[in-house]
Amino acid sequence: MNRRVVVTGLGICAPNGIGLKDFTKAMIDGKSGIRFIPELEELKFGCQIAGEPLITDTILNTYFTPLQLRGLNATGIIYGVIAGTDAWRDAGLPKTEKDHPDWDSGILFGTGTLGVAKFREAIYQIDAKNVRRLGSTSVIQTMASGISAYLGGILGCGNQVTTNSSACTTGTEGVLMGYERIASGRAERMLVGSCSDSGPYVWAGFDAMRVLPRNYNDNPEKGSRPMSASATGFVPGSGAGALVLESLESAQKRNAKIYGEVLGGAVNSGGQRGDGSMTAANSEAVQRCIVQAVENSRIRKSDIDTINGHLTATTKDALEIENWSKALGRQGGDFPYINSFKGLFGHCLAASGSMECVASLLQFEQGKLFGNVNCEDIHPEIVNQVDSDKIPQKTIVHEPKILAKASFGFGDVNACVIFKRFNDET
Amino acid sequence: MTQEEHYSKLKDIMKIYLPEDVSTNDITAESHFINDLNINSANLVDIILDVEDEFDIMLENDDMEKMQTVQDALQIIDAKLSEK
Repeated sequence: MNRRVVVTGLGICAPNGIGLKDFTKAMIDGKSGIRFIPELEELKFGCQIAGEPLITDTILNTYFTPLQLRGLNATGIIYGVIAGTDAWRDAGLPKTEKDHPDWDSGILFGTGTLGVAKFREAIYQIDAKNVRRLGSTSVIQTMASGISAYLGGILGCGNQVTTNSSACTTGTEGVLMGYERIASGRAERMLVGSCSDSGPYVWAGFDAMRVLPRNYNDNPEKGSRPMSASATGFVPGSGAGALVLESLESAQKRNAKIYGEVLGGAVNSGGQRGDGSMTAANSEAVQRCIVQAVENSRIRKSDIDTINGHLTATTKDALEIENWSKALGRQGGDFPYINSFKGLFGHCLAASGSMECVASLLQFEQGKLFGNVNCEDIHPEIVNQVDSDKIPQKTIVHEPKILAKASFGFGDVNACVIFKRFNDET
Repeated sequence: MTQEEHYSKLKDIMKIYLPEDVSTNDITAESHFINDLNINSANLVDIILDVEDEFDIMLENDDMEKMQTVQDALQIIDAKLSEK
């Protein structure tokens, strides 16, 4: 069985906008969510800029009961619940009533590490021999599946409710796993997405690896520079993105709004062989992933008019462009339009794939290509492969028909999904 | 603080843990936390932490096992306060 799967709801909690309305406007206008973070300076980080959603008490009280807020110290859960419940509501779906879950709706909500601040709180209590002070929510806030569990209970989903984790590939992989579950007939609806905690305890490891920029602390909005000649590392971010995937039958039966269709995709790994390593992608594997995504979606390489890349602002950006170019057999003026959203909200790690899938689909809805920022000085190794016209520096009018979105993560893991403008023909 | 004040503070502490269909008006001295008020048994440990913080007392394992009803809680609070 291989049923058609469409996207009927979107939700977003991003450093440059919480909720679809604010986020869409920020992406159109090129508004950055990267800010100087005083705590990182106090803790003597090299990189003192980052992206975090601006969560107010009003927002917290909208999404959580007083009981849920008691002792809640997991920003990933906050972001994920906001994005997930918004996507569900955006899809026009209700929370299930009290007695039975919706057996046909599941959740696949990923993360990298979860509840890092809560765990730190617990660790100090434990080391001080105060185990009792942990309270009843320490476990559920820090278990990796905490986010899917929270959403499962809020929405009342009775199909598979789980959390995937594949570093920066998590969100994009989640879209494909949710798609497969519906396409094979095992669910009607899947809320897919991913979240990432904010804060020094998540970001420190990357600072220690010296992969974050250190010379933009006084100029945060210029710090995240995918595809730029002056990029010196990725700017860490945080947040969550969520999508409601639904079988076409179910969507049409209830007259749901459709953002686009998931045609298919591919996931693979470079096995950390060849030129791959724990932290760098194997080019052969990246190209295979893209090629297989195209084949699985039953399109031609020339059908892709828009790409949203992984493009984090490290020295590997030019190599990613080369891999896209070789995989699709396209270059110069024939290369598709390409952008990276990381310039505006940073690299949100496990949340990046889903947040970027949400933004990709908003481009379908808006009939626009969101502009790149901070790459007026496109890297010379990119310009000699792709026409600079294909790397717009500001938002342009453009109606994507077929969009490829890929993420490449630590562990040498890859995922590429193909979205299509929805039309009714079978 | 008087008995009345203890009772009132305890009800305030319990409020956040009551399910949607139970109000603080439903609470009586004999109310069993789990069986009468439908409080999630997982939250009993949280109620105990809140009681400890509010009254500045420390509850031992035995105390916690004995705390099944509102009356039980009030008795334990009284006992701990008079020990201080």
